[in-house]
Amino acid sequence: MSLTLTHYLIFSTLLFMVSLTGIFANRRNILVVLMSLELLLLSVNTNFIAFSKFLGNVDGQVFVFFILTVAAAEAAIGLAILVMLFRNKKSLEVDDINELEG
Amino acid sequence: MTPELLQQVLFYLFGAIAIGSGMAVVSVKNTVYSALFLVLCFFNVAILWLLIEAEFLAIILVLVYVGAVMVLFLFVIMMLDVKKVTRSQLKSGYTKAALLIAAAMLVQLIMLFAYRLKSQLPADDLIRQGADYSNVTEIGRSIFIDYVYPFEIAAVILLVAIIAAIMLTIRKRPENKQIDASKQIHVNPADRLRMVSMDAEKGDGEES
Repeated sequence: MSLTLTHYLIFSTLLFMVSLTGIFANRRNILVVLMSLELLLLSVNTNFIAFSKFLGNVDGQVFVFFILTVAAAEAAIGLAILVMLFRNKKSLEVDDINELEG
Repeated sequence: MTPELLQQVLFYLFGAIAIGSGMAVVSVKNTVYSALFLVLCFFNVAILWLLIEAEFLAIILVLVYVGAVMVLFLFVIMMLDVKKVTRSQLKSGYTKAALLIAAAMLVQLIMLFAYRLKSQLPADDLIRQGADYSNVTEIGRSIFIDYVYPFEIAAVILLVAIIAAIMLTIRKRPENKQIDASKQIHVNPADRLRMVSMDAEKGDGEES
């Protein structure tokens, strides 16, 4: 028995849920929320690559390439916003950011 | 040990490290440790991608993510000087509900992949390519033939991200002597130059 698609699907499901828990439950630090987002994208990418490889179609890997591009842009802008936020509020706690009363 | 068994062992080993470090990312107190665990997780997932012969993306993941994005994260963490967090990251009234929801979704997804869709997913093994096969060539051909316009749009997105990040974080310093270009362009001669008409004066000829 060798590696199958199901191995990869279950692995990425586990990783997805770990990072989703990080986003749901984290009330301390926005940086960790951003990192959990990166993990989320990573698990989705794993799914894309597994399907692409096991179905023998390279398009999935091209898609991962684009996701990586957008994720890099998202990380850059997210961190820039975070730096602004820290300059204005001197804190990164999720609970402190309630200007919009959401 | 057969190659298949070796693959399995490597998959479980690196998969377990990846998920363990993923858990550490969301639960450790220190943000720097979180970032370093994220690096470990990226490395292990890259190895898992290598196991199914996605070499190009595995290397890109290490180079771009670990080399660039995570270094950016570490820079920001160390620059911001966040005060020491003594409590755990996962300590709030929401934690229990969040864990419950995540566990329910996890069970649902695993049921879906492992049982429900089992017959519809492609069950055959990976098609192992020969030694002369190049993953990079295949992806490059696809990108530059079928996906040229998305590729260029991706470049524009990166440009927009660069400009946005710089514009967001730029800080005007009071001691900066730089002149605003817009002000320079909108200068009106009438504002700074006054024309006076006066009669020519006649000197007495003794001026040196």
